[in-house]
Amino acid sequence: MITQRVLLKYKPEEYGKPLSYILIKNFDLMINILKASISPGQEGRLLLDITGTEEQVAAGLKHLQGENIEVVPASFQISLAEEKCVHCGACTAVCFANSLAIGETSDWQLKFDPDKCINCGLCINACPCGAIVKGVFDDTF
Amino acid sequence: MKHKRTIEEINARIASGEVVVMTAEEILPLIKECGIEEATRKVDVVTTGTFSPMCSSGAFVNFGHSDPPIRMKNVLLNNVPAYAGLAAVDAYIGATEESLHTKNYGGAHVIEDLIAGKDIKLKATAPGTDCYPRQEIDTYINKNNINECFLFNPRNAYQNYGAATNSTDKMLYTYMGSLLPKFGNVTYATAGELSPLLNDPYFRTIGIGSKIFFGGAQGHIAWHGTQHNIYRERNEQGIPKGGSGTLSLIGDLKQMSTEYIRGAYFHNYGTSMFVGIGIPIPILDEDMMSCVAIENSRIQTSLFDYGIPERARPSLGTFTYEELRSGTIVLNGKKVRTAPLSSLKKARDIAQELKSWLNNKTFYLNEPASALPTPPPLQNLEIRGKGELN
Repeated sequence: MITQRVLLKYKPEEYGKPLSYILIKNFDLMINILKASISPGQEGRLLLDITGTEEQVAAGLKHLQGENIEVVPASFQISLAEEKCVHCGACTAVCFANSLAIGETSDWQLKFDPDKCINCGLCINACPCGAIVKGVFDDTF
Repeated sequence: MKHKRTIEEINARIASGEVVVMTAEEILPLIKECGIEEATRKVDVVTTGTFSPMCSSGAFVNFGHSDPPIRMKNVLLNNVPAYAGLAAVDAYIGATEESLHTKNYGGAHVIEDLIAGKDIKLKATAPGTDCYPRQEIDTYINKNNINECFLFNPRNAYQNYGAATNSTDKMLYTYMGSLLPKFGNVTYATAGELSPLLNDPYFRTIGIGSKIFFGGAQGHIAWHGTQHNIYRERNEQGIPKGGSGTLSLIGDLKQMSTEYIRGAYFHNYGTSMFVGIGIPIPILDEDMMSCVAIENSRIQTSLFDYGIPERARPSLGTFTYEELRSGTIVLNGKKVRTAPLSSLKKARDIAQELKSWLNNKTFYLNEPASALPTPPPLQNLEIRGKGELN
């Protein structure tokens, strides 16, 4: 079993498709929706963790691409420039996924767990040292 | 039996290598274990530290004279304006001054780049006078080819500072960080029990001229800081319950390190500067040991709503730094996430570094030249017509 985090981008005319239903029912995948943004007339965005066998995940994603949906691999979207980080903790004020955490260990050093990141992007502006930079995609939800 | 020691005696122990130094965190278990009296006998100096954004900071620079000479009127350092209304080639670069072109670069970043030894673009214009005929200059400087360059920060090392939250429906971007809507989070900025002025709450050993750790170098306290407020309500330990005492600091930029001075940019607010400060507290007697015995559980601060755009924001309650450090507090019956803006890791590094200086005989204590002056209560700025002043 593997889990792949992907960002799905789709045009307003594709809104009618029950994407998660298709992935679950036809490809036997486990879907965890981390973030979704769907506004009339605008591009839709869905951030998902998709879990299944390697073949199932590949088949599911291939199907989506055939449905005119852009699939962007979404692991490690933010990166932390450690030489710029002063371990102030300002980013942890906005990180509800606990991907960025401080004070959980006695050394009070910032801990970054990329696997927990849901790509909300709030930490980028919260960091006063410019230590957090955008990765794969730079447009926000 | 009361134990007493003088600064002179402590310095003799530094010279002989016998001095016993602990940080303001390390001392706490010792006090618990053996009590104030015994701890006073054992320990000579307690070191403190803080590393926080401190907006009221800046540096004086003397560029040296060009040929032909110029009396600079408008000065830009990497496109950040510096104040040049000081003789011919003196200028002051303030931490919060912003670049004319890049919004996340400002005076604080110029200072950091100067410390790092980087080349800085200097542009200046002048009216041209009989004695200073040059009208413009466009060149590069770095810390090795200018004359004096010293930080002179008007307000640093706040004794305590209010915590921040946001009641509105919108995200607020402030100098207290990103405040999420509807009381979504709380930020605070202090080193708590390690913070310099919380360990000597009545400034008994800290005064004008006191030698300190300043940005990685040895600096001095010049004066009390601006907005120095000694009238804030205090708790039973004598600790002020909100923003109170401040220091004005001076030190040689050329000796500083970017480990302890960093430019900062707060989104939609502007630039600021992380400043690292450490102050040694001489344990003159049991009373001084009682001062450094303060713990986060006994230091309180008020929480303010930055969604209210008024000078006197109402306090939403009082919390201890133990509560704030825990990661959540309960506000209006709900758990709210808390986060620091002040680096505890760096504050600890500073207290340890200062301790090693004392142990290695590279830092000696001094008696202040004078106690900090006690200014009158803070004044507010009101909108007045001509002749309406007292």
